[in-house]
Amino acid sequence: MLTNTEVRSKVLDIIADIALDDDVTGISDEIALREQLDLDSMDFLDIVMELKKRHKIEVPQEDYPRLATMQSCVDYLAPKFNQ
Amino acid sequence: MKNDNQRIVITGIGLTSPLGNNLADLRDGLLNGKSGIVHTEIRHMGKVAAGLCQFDETKHQSKKMRKRGTRAGAISVYCTKEALLDSKIDFDGIDKNRIGVYLGITEHGNVETENEIHDLYTSHNMDVSLWSHHHNPRTVANNPAGEVTLNLGITGPHYTIGAACAAGNLGIIQGVQQLLLDEVDLAFAGGISESTETFGIFAAFKAQGALGHHDDPSLATRPLDLDRNGIVVSEGGAVYALERLSDAKKRNAKIYAEIIGYHSNSDASDFVLPNTQRQIECMTQAIKKTGLEASDVDIVSMHATGTTQGDIQECLAVAAVFNDSPKTYINATKGFIGHAMGAAGALELAGNIPSFDDGYVHPCKKIENLDPQCAMKNLVNGEKMLCDANVILNNSFGMLGINSSLIVKKYK
Repeated sequence: MLTNTEVRSKVLDIIADIALDDDVTGISDEIALREQLDLDSMDFLDIVMELKKRHKIEVPQEDYPRLATMQSCVDYLAPKFNQ
Repeated sequence: MKNDNQRIVITGIGLTSPLGNNLADLRDGLLNGKSGIVHTEIRHMGKVAAGLCQFDETKHQSKKMRKRGTRAGAISVYCTKEALLDSKIDFDGIDKNRIGVYLGITEHGNVETENEIHDLYTSHNMDVSLWSHHHNPRTVANNPAGEVTLNLGITGPHYTIGAACAAGNLGIIQGVQQLLLDEVDLAFAGGISESTETFGIFAAFKAQGALGHHDDPSLATRPLDLDRNGIVVSEGGAVYALERLSDAKKRNAKIYAEIIGYHSNSDASDFVLPNTQRQIECMTQAIKKTGLEASDVDIVSMHATGTTQGDIQECLAVAAVFNDSPKTYINATKGFIGHAMGAAGALELAGNIPSFDDGYVHPCKKIENLDPQCAMKNLVNGEKMLCDANVILNNSFGMLGINSSLIVKKYK
């Protein structure tokens, strides 16, 4: 059973490997990731792909908006990590 | 007599090669007999000789864009930005719609396809849903040139020219033509190759009996040497800033050389074997277009890959064209840097252009046991020679019978 903090850490690892030129350590959980980091739609596809590769978590296209902020990522992904 | 709008000049050079990441280092290596060939591990192949480049991929590119793109794109971005900086063009002050990017490639996409298939079989358990969504933009044939436009904000035309190992010359020729057609005011043109990232090209040359090898990697490819055993695959790139002479004069640009003629033709005879007669015609037509005689050419830069038949056929062609040219020197570059495929023609031209300034012709890498069928007068073997060069002819040939000869002249 992963805690929300652990889920956040795993998501942050993925984002750090995608937003390679940004410092991700101080991002706010409530503000949209795209407003804090140099991320575009291709990067969000990378996030989805990495969730699948690393953690076997599927994110259907209609749920992509759930990845908008770190908090929404944790809220959405925590149950999937713990399934 | 051509007016200045009909004359195309080189005003910037950016390159990466197994002998360094700028023109001065490449030239120094060629003049002083350095080898850029090393042994490296290639997937499925083990240890092979190759020519690798060590430029800083993130000097002109963000880490994210490098990861999203390709090695070919990284080479292209590096070389183009270096050419731009070298040209000292006021980039902010020019119309980006009037800049074109024309890059010669031998092939493109094999690297990314091999990697995806490798992962599919070894770590993705044949699950194609894990195939990268980056695969298509990475493997479209315009990728190397397209990455340059994304990096520099160029909104004029960009595309690659697929021309096997003649591509370096053909990229430059395309740039010249587009300037003469008044399609652009500035062309970034040349050739690039990332071939060392793919095992397939090594495996194919090995299957063909044409992959150069030796315990000492510096001896793995020996063009014109009776003891040669094949090609060494290299990566690299050379991109030129090309302008009309009228524009170059207006901004008082440094002019490396004027491109005064070229020709390209097809063997129409074999998939891989060269054709001496077509090579003779290619060089002869290129010279004819310049209005010069063969004897006016000071340096012939051979394609010479280090395969027996390729070397001999080209030597017969060069000897036939320059038989009555007592002061024409002949050299070849691949003994130093290997065969940089789509970059070869552009890199080899770059290695020779400094002759206009330093007064030397660079040698072939020392040929210890010259193939009697490759013995030509004025072959520059192992040691640079003094040469008051004014005209250089650069040969670049490729599979499917594609030939190109490009002629540059010292600008005075």
